[in-house]
Amino acid sequence: MNNYFHSVTLDENKCRGCTNCIKRCPTEAIRVRKSKARIINERCIDCGECIRICPYHAKKAITDPFDAINNFQYKIALPAPAFYSQFKPSSPRDKILNALIGVGFDDVFEVAKAAEIVTCATRDFIAKNKYPRPLISSACPAIVRLIQVRFPSLLDNLVPLDSPMELAAKMAKQAAAKKTGMDFSQIGTFFITPCAAKMTSIRSPYGKNKSMVDGAISIKEIYLKVLQKLNSQNLKQLIQAGSDGISWALSGGEAGLLNVDNYLSVDGIHNVITILEEVENERLEDVDFIEALACTGGCLGGPLNVENVYVANTQLKQHINMAKKYNNTICVNDSNEYEYLRWTQSVEHKSILMLDDDLDEAMKKLETLERIYEQLPGLDCGACGAPSCRALSEDIVRGNADETDCVFKLREKVRTLARQMIELEAKMPPVLDKEGNINKEE
Amino acid sequence: MPNTLRLHYEIPGDDFTYAGEASSCVKKTLGRLGINPSVIKKVSIAMYEAEINAVIHAGGGSADVEINQQKIIVKISDSGPGIPDLELAMKEGYSTAPDHIREMGFGAGMGLPNIKKNADNLQIETEVGKGTTVTIEVFLQ
Repeated sequence: MNNYFHSVTLDENKCRGCTNCIKRCPTEAIRVRKSKARIINERCIDCGECIRICPYHAKKAITDPFDAINNFQYKIALPAPAFYSQFKPSSPRDKILNALIGVGFDDVFEVAKAAEIVTCATRDFIAKNKYPRPLISSACPAIVRLIQVRFPSLLDNLVPLDSPMELAAKMAKQAAAKKTGMDFSQIGTFFITPCAAKMTSIRSPYGKNKSMVDGAISIKEIYLKVLQKLNSQNLKQLIQAGSDGISWALSGGEAGLLNVDNYLSVDGIHNVITILEEVENERLEDVDFIEALACTGGCLGGPLNVENVYVANTQLKQHINMAKKYNNTICVNDSNEYEYLRWTQSVEHKSILMLDDDLDEAMKKLETLERIYEQLPGLDCGACGAPSCRALSEDIVRGNADETDCVFKLREKVRTLARQMIELEAKMPPVLDKEGNINKEE
Repeated sequence: MPNTLRLHYEIPGDDFTYAGEASSCVKKTLGRLGINPSVIKKVSIAMYEAEINAVIHAGGGSADVEINQQKIIVKISDSGPGIPDLELAMKEGYSTAPDHIREMGFGAGMGLPNIKKNADNLQIETEVGKGTTVTIEVFLQ
C-alpha cells in the first residue's frame, strides 16, 4: 500500500513538530517523530484538515504545476463549480472561462455541465435500483476514503457512479478528439481543484482503473493568472452549464436536485463522521440520500481556495442567479442512457483498525492495549507524538511506540529510579561505615 | 489456547446523550479484532437497540460482551420494570415509550423486532418489577 499516492504531504523544513495536526486528523493518521509530523499513508484520506490547521503552513497539497499543461498538444481546463465562487459577480462566468483560455488553455469544459448529467444519472439510478438506504453521495473523494477505512459496512450505500470531474474529462476528450482529430493521449484535461482529495482521486482512482483526468491544478496557483486575464475582449461562447450544475459547489447543492423526499446534507469531516455513525446504527433509514462533504461549507471551503468560504458562498449564489438564463441539462428518461457512468470496480474495505490478522492474536493485543491504556494518565496531551493516550496504547501494541514515550510515564520511571539511587546512596560497605553501631550484630 | 475476551460497560440511565456509547465502543473493538464488517453491523445494531431500551425503559443497566472464536455474546441487563407481555413487545410497531422519547425519534416499536432481526440467537429473561436481561448471540461465520 506504500505506492498509494497522497496529495497531502509535509514540508519538513516548515514543520516544528507541534501537536496541532495530530489532534485534528479525523483518522488519527499523523504522528510526530523526531520533531516532524509523519503521515501514515494507509490512514490518510486526504481531507486536508491538517493543511487548514497547521500554523506554520507545513502541510501542503501536491498538485500539478501549471507548466504540466505543456506536456499536451491540446490543453483543456476543467474548472470545478467552486472556481466561480472565487470571483466577484462583476466578473461573470463567461469572462472567467475566457480568462482560462487567456492563460494558455485551448479549450474549457465546465465540470458543472457534467454535474448536471451526473444528477440525471443519479435520479435514474434511484428510480431503477434497489439499494440500501440511505444512499450516500460519492462525489467527495475524502468521504469515499473515509468510508473505506472507517465505515466498511456503508460501502454498499455509496452511489456507484463516476464523479462530475471524471465525466467532464471524458466528454471533453471525446469532443476535442472529434474536433481536432487528435489521439486521446495528445489531449490533456486539467481539473482546476479546490482540494487535495481530488488530486489523489486522479492518481489513485476508485471505482475505476484509470482516471480520464490528466492532472489537477490548484485554484490557489491559477487564481492570479486568471485574475490578470479577466478583461480580455472578443469573448468566446464557452458557457455550457445552467444554474443546477454550479449549485453542486454548495453544501446541499447535489442532493437538492435529486427530487427525493428526504435528503440530508452534512459538511465538515467531523460532522460527517457523526452522521455516518448514525447511519451505521440504522438511525437514518428514513433518509433517502445523504450528501456528505469533507470541507466545512462544501467545496467552497476547500483548502486550495483563495476566497473565504462565507464570502465565496455569497459570490457563488450570485453566479447561480446569473446562470438562470441558461438552460439546465434535460434528463433522458427510461433508457440505458447513463449506464456508462457506472463504476467498473468495487470500492474495497481498507481496515485501519485491525490489530492482527489472527483473531486470537488480535484479542491478546487488545487486552494488552487496554492494560496499557489503564496505566496512562489520560490527558491526551500529545507530547508522545500520538493524538491521544488510546492512540499511544495502540501504537505500543503494534510495536511502533514505547511506554516511556509518555512524558508522565518517563517521569514516573525517573522518579522510581532516583528514589532507588537515594536508598542505595545511604548504604555503606560495612568496612567503611564509621557511624554504624559496631555492636549491632551482637 | 482458545482465547475469550470479556468487556463490561455500565449504561447510565439519566442522560440520553450518552446512550449508544457502549455499543459504539464494542463496534470499534470488533473492528480492531478484524471481525467481518457484516458481523460487526449485526452486533452493533442489535446491541444499540438493546442499550437504548435499557435507557428508555429501565433507567440504565449494564452490558457484558464476550468474544471468542465462534461467536459474540452481548448481555444487556437492567433492574427496570420488566416486560409484562413479551409476545406483544416483540411485535413491530408496538411501543410503550413515553411521548418525549418518541419525539426524539426513538420508541417506534422497532427495538425488540430489530434486535431479533440482527441476532442469530436471542434470549430474553424478564420478570415484572425485577428487570430484564437480553442476551444476543451473533456467530462469526
